[in-house]
Amino acid sequence: MSSDTIAAVATAMMGAGIGIVRISGDQAVETADQIFRKKGGGALREQESHTIHYGTIWDSGEMIDEVMVLLMRAPRSYTREDTVEIDCHGGVYVTKRILEAVIRHGARIAEPGEFTKRAFLNGRIDLSQAESVMDVIQAKNKLALNNSVRQLSGMLSKEIQEIRSVILHEIARIESALDDPEHMSLDGYSDFLQKIVSEQEQKIRRLLAGSENGRLLREGISTVIVGKPNAGKSSLLNALLGEERAIVTNIAGTTRDTLQEQMNFNGILLNVTDTAGIRRTEDAVERIGVERSKQHLADADLAIYVADASTKLDENDFEILDLLTGHKVIILLNKSDLPAVTTEEEIAAVVRARIRSEEEDWNLRIFSFSAKEGEGMERLEHAVQEMFFSGEISFDQEVCITNVRHQSALSDALASIELVKQSIADAMPEDFYSIDLMNAYEKLGTIIGESVEDDLVNEIFGSFCMGK
Amino acid sequence: MVVVGAGHAGCEAALASARLGLDTILFTVSVDSIALMPCNPNIGGSSKGHLVREIDALGGEMGINIDKTFIQSKMLNRSKGPAVHSLRAQADKADYSREMRQTLQRTKHLTIRQAEVSEILTEDDLSDQKSAENMRKQIAAVRTVSGAMYFCRAVILCTGTYLKARCLTGEMISYTGPNGLMAANYLTDSLVAHGIEMYRFKTGTPARIDKNSIDFSKMEEQKGDETIVPFSFTTNPEDVQIDQVSCWLTYTNERTHEIIRKNLDRSPIYAGVIEGTGPRYCPSIEDKVVKFADKNRHQIFLEPEGIHTNEMYVGGMSSSLPEDVQYEMYRTLPGLENAKIVRNAYAIEYDCINPNQLNATLEFKAIRGLFSGGQFNGSSGYEEAACQGLVAGINAAMQIKGREPLILDRSEAYIGVLIDDLVTKENHEPYRMMTSRAEYRLILRQDNADLRLTRKGYEIGLISEERYQAVCRKEQEIREELSRIAKVRIGAGREVQALLESYGSIPLNTGISLAELIRRPELDYEKLAPIDPERPSVSPGAAEQININIKYEGYITRQKKQVDQFRKIEKKKIPEGFDYDEVPSLRIEARQKLKLYQPSSIGQASRISGVSPADISVLLVYMEQLRRKQML
Repeated sequence: MSSDTIAAVATAMMGAGIGIVRISGDQAVETADQIFRKKGGGALREQESHTIHYGTIWDSGEMIDEVMVLLMRAPRSYTREDTVEIDCHGGVYVTKRILEAVIRHGARIAEPGEFTKRAFLNGRIDLSQAESVMDVIQAKNKLALNNSVRQLSGMLSKEIQEIRSVILHEIARIESALDDPEHMSLDGYSDFLQKIVSEQEQKIRRLLAGSENGRLLREGISTVIVGKPNAGKSSLLNALLGEERAIVTNIAGTTRDTLQEQMNFNGILLNVTDTAGIRRTEDAVERIGVERSKQHLADADLAIYVADASTKLDENDFEILDLLTGHKVIILLNKSDLPAVTTEEEIAAVVRARIRSEEEDWNLRIFSFSAKEGEGMERLEHAVQEMFFSGEISFDQEVCITNVRHQSALSDALASIELVKQSIADAMPEDFYSIDLMNAYEKLGTIIGESVEDDLVNEIFGSFCMGK
Repeated sequence: MVVVGAGHAGCEAALASARLGLDTILFTVSVDSIALMPCNPNIGGSSKGHLVREIDALGGEMGINIDKTFIQSKMLNRSKGPAVHSLRAQADKADYSREMRQTLQRTKHLTIRQAEVSEILTEDDLSDQKSAENMRKQIAAVRTVSGAMYFCRAVILCTGTYLKARCLTGEMISYTGPNGLMAANYLTDSLVAHGIEMYRFKTGTPARIDKNSIDFSKMEEQKGDETIVPFSFTTNPEDVQIDQVSCWLTYTNERTHEIIRKNLDRSPIYAGVIEGTGPRYCPSIEDKVVKFADKNRHQIFLEPEGIHTNEMYVGGMSSSLPEDVQYEMYRTLPGLENAKIVRNAYAIEYDCINPNQLNATLEFKAIRGLFSGGQFNGSSGYEEAACQGLVAGINAAMQIKGREPLILDRSEAYIGVLIDDLVTKENHEPYRMMTSRAEYRLILRQDNADLRLTRKGYEIGLISEERYQAVCRKEQEIREELSRIAKVRIGAGREVQALLESYGSIPLNTGISLAELIRRPELDYEKLAPIDPERPSVSPGAAEQININIKYEGYITRQKKQVDQFRKIEKKKIPEGFDYDEVPSLRIEARQKLKLYQPSSIGQASRISGVSPADISVLLVYMEQLRRKQML
């Protein structure tokens, strides 16, 4: 059926291996040609099917990566459509940037399961597999949807809702006047609208700039810092933030007592959540915080456990260690000014005794750290890198993809707003404004998972008095 | 063919059916109230004018009838884009009704019968053998209150606001239809017994005031257009340049609002006596005062109900307040200080159906041969009613003749948007057409309704060969002239600069395409005739299209692309009786909704709330699987 051109990342977004961006559809080759410079010159569209080409990917005048490009023409491809695969050196950022470049040059991001769907609809996949195709589509969508909503910060969603409601109100104003011209006049309205859309344009531009830094969504490795109260969790976070290497952006915490920070560890994005200290407590309020910490831990890709070197390990530490079972963990022994009473070896012994004793070759990462002297920071950074490049911890690909999806929706909304400004400048009649305003409204809605439904009609009747 | 009700829907349905050669009987509770306009005295208006044009292009009667009986006409939104230009005419109500009755009487195969239909009967009802529970029933007959049976192959229900109607004016309740006409109190029960789900809606109308008691010097005069444009594509514009009657504008004020607020407890709506759902776009004056409390005045239009009556319709002031309050509040308006009321304002409640039970053909999903149109389907407005009546009439006839039904999609006509909204979306108030409901409105203009729909009307058999050929010629004229213009370049000669200057347009530095010049807001196709010597003679209708097509080309092209996308999934039909329980991986909510709505295409399915894009993908994969299995 629809043969528009789609693109997606075909590999897991991990530190290691190669990253593959796959493009499929009528315009696949043309899209690739716009960003690919083949070594020795020549365009992809002039090449034979089933050939591999070496070259570089460029976007906005900047070289992104050296790549191998596979060209497969319809029908001899997975989807039976023209297909281009761009194999890059991997790395989450490079893969993502290539995907972004492809989207900017005419492809749209694939719906979850869409390659498989096309493969089936185009007769590539056997009839007997139809049911599993349907399962894949539904399952992947559910996953993407969950991620999309979960990862969206409250602040972003609020900002988009605000822009949308301003836009909707203006559409309703125009439409009410069109519907009931004898009751409502639009004289002088275009100047007013000009101001309003310029303001919205600025807001969207800001969001877009934010999304390009991966700030829109909590993109990255979900990391929690755990420990009993006063073990030094906050000083660790401060140390991380105080370092030059940590590029920090504030994300409003989703919960009252957890703080989330995003930092870049040599190209590996960490989303760090500082949790309330975990301990047994009778205090009701504190218990809520503890429960929440446990929840964060359960969702995390990586846990950094901070133990206090100045006290003996106690009940609370044991409980935390139990919670850490099954997680990827780095253990830090925080050395304060007080004399040390617990050593790395001691902790290691306890850990081996209590958790994952069944895994023999478990690579235990325990080392001392001192916030004051900056000791241990390099080892921490190294440990994270090692875990990432070995594939032990990985990036949440869905989040990454969702981010690109949102970016492209924001760009589309921006383009529609620009068209409104153009229509105003061209002195077009007011009914033309509302067409592009509506497009912007719809696009923004896709980010927060809201469709249009009867919004406009409700706004017209709710805000403007009309009728006989 | 049986048509129940002779309002705007019923008349169109009966005419279409009879004109297509089927023996048709039209039932009404009163032959004196055929094509009655019980509320506002006008036809058309924003988006409704589009509907009338579309009805006309398909071979319906409303446009012709109003062209014969209007007393004032205006093209609304002239200063806006062509997509929202809307024609509205004040009707002489009595003439409108009489003229329509004469047309019905002149039509072959059409019988008018005054009788109240009280029951519908299916083949099951007439036989001892009952078909299976889930089998589709077939309509067989109707019975009137007197017990008479009329056997038929199809029934079209157009009962308007008459089913179990009751009218409310303050504490006074009368169990009648509009204007004191007899209500139809039995048919609802028969429909419910046949498993049809009913809604209860309400609407209202303002008082009519004696013209002789109005001081017009305190009001602003509202005249009609100088040059009148007819509704029907068949009406000669020269025939409609009549002397027009004026409407008058006045305003409510704080005193009016105070009286209303003081008496709210006597309003049946605010006192909770009314159970029906009213339309938000047509609020009573009580509603306006309560919901828009910050507005210190509302516009009120006084509109003549005809040439031979002294009644003036008080547009903007419908109400269900008691009679004494009505006097008090109307008399606060400048010019109405001594107003005499001829008819009271009232609210009316009536039974209608949940239109989700219908196919896009306006046939009931559960009962073959049972069609419906108009306010019975939960819509509101004469024009909305008429177009549904026309579509129901055509489709009932097509079914009997064993031919393809007429289904207009959202990219083809406002009628398509209206019916799709009714049958696909949840509707909790009387539905009114609005241009904002049409997502492709740049293409669905009132000026091109003939180009969009005449062919369909011709194929159905309601448009003459001659009329069809005329539209084909117009199409060709437009096509040829557009392709000629695309090639014409204008140089910066003295004559050209002088012409541009005379319209306040910036002179040329260098040569430019003719289309580029037409696009300038201060210029148009006609104005540039003097510098376009090769121009052939072009009819005014074609010239209008050429102008619009060039001036708004960018927007229209973009919308056409969207339409292409839309049609792709609209074309994917879902077979009748499709079993959604057989489709694996559908989410439960989607499965329930799809079973309930039984959409006819993937496109329609995608518009049902609760059906996600992933469900649509799953459905597509499943249908492909079915197709391949059938090939094996």
